[in-house]
Amino acid sequence: MSASRSPKDLLREMLRIRRFEERCAELYQAEKIRGFLHLYIGEEAVAVGVMGALEPQDAVVATYREHGHALARGIDPGAIMAEMYGKLEGCSRGRGGSMHLFDAAKRFYGGNAIVGGGLPLAVGLALADHLRGSNRVTAVFFGEGAVAEGEFHESMNLAALWHLPVLFCCENNLYAMGTALERSESQTRLTLKAASYEVPAWEVDGMDVLAVGEAAGKAVESVRAGGGPHFLEFRTFRFRAHSMFDPELYRSKEEVEIWKQRDPVEVFRTRLKADGSLSDDEWEQMEREVTEEIDGAVDFAERGTWEPIEELTRFVYSEGGSS
Amino acid sequence: MNSPRTTTYREAMREAIRDAMNRDDRVFLMGEDVGRYGGCYAVTKGLLEEFGPERIRDTPLSESAFVGAGIGAALAGMRPIVEVMTVNFSLLALDQIVNTAALYLHMSGGQFNVPVVIRMATGAGRQLAAQHSHSLEGWYAHVPGLKVATPATVEDARWMLSTALEDPDPVIIFEHASMYNMEGELPLDGGPVDLATAAVRRSGTDLSLITYGGSLPKTLAAAEELATMGISAGVLDLRVLRPLDTDAIIAAVSATHRVVVVDEGWKTGGISAEIAAIIAENAVWELDGPIKRVCSEEVPVPYSRHLEEATLPQVQDIVAAGRDLVAR
Amino acid sequence: MIDFLLPSLGADMDDAMLVEWLVKPGDAVARGQVIAEVETDKGVIEVECWHTGVIEELLVQPGLEKLPVGTPLARIRSHDDEPASTPTTPAGPTTRTVLTPPVHHDEPTPPVRHLAHQLGVDLTEAIGTGEGGRITRDDVHRLAVSASVTPTAPLPGDRLRTKASPRARRLAGERGVDLGTVAATGPAGMVTASDVEALAMEAGETADRGVAMRQAIARSMSRSNREIPHYYLATRIDLHLAMLWLEGENEERPIAKRILPAALLLKATALAVRQTPELNGHWIDDAFRPAGAVHLGVAISIRGGGLVAPAIHDADRLDLEETMDSLRDLVSRARSWKLRSSEMSDPTITVTSLGDRGVEIAFPLIIPPQVAMVGFGKIADAPVAADGSAVVHPVVNATLAADHRVSDGHRGGIFLTALDRLLQEPESL
Repeated sequence: MSASRSPKDLLREMLRIRRFEERCAELYQAEKIRGFLHLYIGEEAVAVGVMGALEPQDAVVATYREHGHALARGIDPGAIMAEMYGKLEGCSRGRGGSMHLFDAAKRFYGGNAIVGGGLPLAVGLALADHLRGSNRVTAVFFGEGAVAEGEFHESMNLAALWHLPVLFCCENNLYAMGTALERSESQTRLTLKAASYEVPAWEVDGMDVLAVGEAAGKAVESVRAGGGPHFLEFRTFRFRAHSMFDPELYRSKEEVEIWKQRDPVEVFRTRLKADGSLSDDEWEQMEREVTEEIDGAVDFAERGTWEPIEELTRFVYSEGGSS
Repeated sequence: MNSPRTTTYREAMREAIRDAMNRDDRVFLMGEDVGRYGGCYAVTKGLLEEFGPERIRDTPLSESAFVGAGIGAALAGMRPIVEVMTVNFSLLALDQIVNTAALYLHMSGGQFNVPVVIRMATGAGRQLAAQHSHSLEGWYAHVPGLKVATPATVEDARWMLSTALEDPDPVIIFEHASMYNMEGELPLDGGPVDLATAAVRRSGTDLSLITYGGSLPKTLAAAEELATMGISAGVLDLRVLRPLDTDAIIAAVSATHRVVVVDEGWKTGGISAEIAAIIAENAVWELDGPIKRVCSEEVPVPYSRHLEEATLPQVQDIVAAGRDLVAR
Repeated sequence: MIDFLLPSLGADMDDAMLVEWLVKPGDAVARGQVIAEVETDKGVIEVECWHTGVIEELLVQPGLEKLPVGTPLARIRSHDDEPASTPTTPAGPTTRTVLTPPVHHDEPTPPVRHLAHQLGVDLTEAIGTGEGGRITRDDVHRLAVSASVTPTAPLPGDRLRTKASPRARRLAGERGVDLGTVAATGPAGMVTASDVEALAMEAGETADRGVAMRQAIARSMSRSNREIPHYYLATRIDLHLAMLWLEGENEERPIAKRILPAALLLKATALAVRQTPELNGHWIDDAFRPAGAVHLGVAISIRGGGLVAPAIHDADRLDLEETMDSLRDLVSRARSWKLRSSEMSDPTITVTSLGDRGVEIAFPLIIPPQVAMVGFGKIADAPVAADGSAVVHPVVNATLAADHRVSDGHRGGIFLTALDRLLQEPESL
C-alpha cells in the first residue's frame, strides 16, 4: 500500500468526493455544468480504497462516472471543476467535460463514455508493461453493466491468456442505468464469470473503505508480483440516479433508503468517532476544510477562460507531428 | 550497386515490418494468425521464427480487444502494428478505432496521442462474396483524428509503414488483397515516403483519372487503352485518403478539365463523392464536362464470377467513361 | 431573499410541470432537501433546494402548465442571505461562494460567438434581442446580412442558359463570346471550352476585335433572319407630358445627374413588357421559356462599327436615376470592352434606339434566343391632334419586332399600348 493513509485520511478523501459531487449536482441545475453528469455518491469507498493500493506509476482507466476516481487519484479539484464548466483551464482543456477527465501526469487515462470501452485499453497498457518487463499495474474500473459487453469477455480472456498485469475493478451498483443486474445477466455471480477465464476473483463489500483497501492491497500485490490479471467485484450502490435527468422509475425509494443506512462516509465517521479517533470538532474542521477546498475549485472554474474559437481545430492531430 | 530490384507487394510489406522491428524495439505486431500461420496473406511468414512470440503475437478472434489493446500499448509508449485480417472484420473493432484511437488526443485536450498503426487487407475480386468483399476506406477517411493510407505500388508498400510508425497519431494502412502478388521495382536507395501527397503515375493532357489503392492497376491499364484511341489520360494515385491531397486533385483538373474518379467502394457517400465535391467546390470553372465516377454497382458483392465482375469497376468501364467525356 | 428556480436536470430538459410542493411558507428548509416534485417527459423527479433557510413564498401552484427551466418557483429567505459578491472578491470563510449568474445573461454563448466568427461579424456591434439583452444567433445573422455587400453577380434563378460547361462559360465571358452563337459539339449539345476557343480563335486570327465582332454579329443576325418569323408593329407616342416632366425633374438635378429621355423610354419598356410576358424570354430547344425577370438589353454601338446589347438587370425594378446610371455605366464599359459575361448572356428583351442617327422608325432584327426587340426612332417635334386642334409636340415612333412563334399582333399591340400609356404618366416611371 502506498504512503500509509490513516483512517482519517480515508474519511477525508471520501468526504471530499461526497461534497464535490453534491456541489456538482447544484451547479448542474444552475446550468454551469452541461451535458451528462453521473455522480458517484454512495460509491466513494471503492475509489478511495483502491487508489490507496496503487502506486503513482500505475495506470488507471475509468468510466464516465469517474469524478471520484479522478479526485482519489490526486487530480486537482479545480482542474476537474473547470473541465466540467468547459473552461480552458480544465484538465482536458474543456474539450471533454464530465465524462472525459484525463491527466497524463497521474497516468489517468479517462473518463470513457462507451461502456466497456476502457477494458481493451487497459489490456493494452498492461501489455506494454509486460513487454517492457516493468512491474506497473493497470487498474480498470467498470460497472456491472459492462459485463454484458463482448469487450469485457474479450479483454478478460486476452489479459488472462497473456498473463497481463491488469486489476479488473467491477463496481457492481446493481443497476446499469435503469436495468437491474438480474434482468440482464443469466449468471449474476460476476466472480464466476471471471473465474471462467481462470482469473482469480473476489467479492468485496464496496461500502466499507477498509474492506476495499484490504482486498485491493492484496490483489495489487499479487498482480504486481506477476500473478496475472485479478478481478474484484465491489458490491456498492449509487444513492442518486444514473444521471441528473433520471426519475428512477426502475428502483424503489425503500431500496435506496436501505442502502443509505450503509453510507460509506457516515458509517466510517461513526466508527471513527466511536473508537475515539475522530472528535466532533475534528469532524467539523474536516467539513470546513473540504468545503473550502471545493469553494476554491468552483471559484477557479468560475474565473476560468473559454478556449478561443480560433483554436477549434487543434488537437485533432498531434502538433509538430511527423509527415 | 543502385539498380532497382523486383519484388512483390507482399514481400515489400514484410520487409517493411522486419525493418521496423529491427530498428525499434518498441515495435511489435499482433493480429489473428500472424504468427504460426504466417499471416492470412503470408505477409508475416517467417517473422515469428525471427522475432519470437512476444513481438509477433497471435491473438484470439477478439478484434475489439486486440485493436483496443494496440491502442493502449501505443498510449503507454509502444509502437504496435495491429493487423486486422481484413476490413470486413474491422467492423468489430470500429468502436475502438473511432471512439478511442481517433478521439483520445482531442478529448484529453492534447495530453494523450495514440501512435498506433493498423493494417488491413481490403477489396474484392476473388469471389469471396459480400461479407468478405468490402472497400470501406472511405468510412475511415471520414473521421478526423485518423490517417488513412492506401499504398498501391510496391515502393509505397515498402516505405509507407515506417512513416506511419513515426507518426504520433493513428494511421490505418489498407492493402488491396489483389495486389499482394503484384511485382514492382524497388530502388535500392529508396527511403521513407510521405503520408500526405498524391502521385502522378502517368501524365496526360486530355483527361485526369483519379484513383487509389487496388484500382490503380486497372486505371493504368485503362489509360493505356485510351492512348490507343488518341486520348491522353493522366493517372493520379491519391496514396492517402486522409488527408486528401486537395492541391493535386485541383491541379489535375485544372490541367485537363475532364475527370473520372475510380473507386472500388460504392458510389453513394463514398470517397469518390468527397473528391467530386472538392472538385466542384474548388475547380468548377475548370471543368469542361461533368465529373464522372466509376465505382462498384450498388449491390452487395455477389459470389458468381460474372456477377462480381459486373459489380466491380473494370478497365472497360473506365475507358468508356473517359471516352464519353472526350467525345467529339 | 433567494429565488428558487426550476432547475435544469438534463441536456434535453426544456420544461416541466409542478406536481407537488413538499413544503409550505414558513417551513424551514436545509441544503439538499427535496422540496418539490416535478413531472418531465421522462417521469416525476424530485427537486432539491441548495439553500438553508425558510420558505417565504410559493410563487407557482401545482398544475398542468408546462414551466420552462429557470422559472422562479418560490422565494427562500436564506440564512446566508447577503448581497451577491463578484467572483473576484472571495467570500469569507464561513459563507459559501455566491455564484455569478449563468454566463448567458452577460455574454453571448460559445455557439453564438462561433457563428459570429464564421460570418466575420463583430459582436460588439450586435444588438441583443434575447433575454436580458443577450445576443442571439438571429441577432448575429441580422448583423451579417446588413453588413454584407450585395454581390455583383446577379443571383441565379431566372437566368436562361445555353448548355455549356463551366469552363466554356468562363472562357466565353472572358473573350466576349455570345454562347448562343457558338456551335456546340459536346455531349448532349453542350458547348465545350474548345468550341468557344475555336470561335474565339477564328476571331483572334483576324487580330481585330472589331472584325471578330462583325463576324459574330453576322452569325447572329443570319440565325435571326433564318430562324425567327418576325412580325412588326409600330406606333407613334406623344412625349409632350414626358418631356415636360423630365424638364422639371432635371431642373433640380446637377448636370452630371440629369436624366435623359432614353432612360424614360427604357424604363417604360421594362414596365410595359411585364404586361406581355410573351415578349420577355427566350426560345430554346423548340420552346419558349418566359423569363422571370426583365433584363433589358440595350443596343450600344461600338467605335469602328459594331454592336453589343448588354443587359440592365431587373430594369423594371430600378428607379429612373438607377436606370440612367446603369445606362451610362454600360455604355462606357461597352466602349472599353469591359462588359461582364452575365451582361452579355442575360438580356430577356432588347431595345435599340437609333434616334440620334436621325432615323424616324426602326425595323430591327431580334437577337436570338430572345423573342422581341423594341426600336425607338428619333424624338422630334411633329404636329399632333389634341382637343380638336393641331399642336406641335415631341413624338417618337416605337416599333415592336416580335417572334411570331410566341406572340401575335394582338399581344404585340397590348404591349405598345401599355408603353404609350406609361409614357403619358412619367411620374409613375
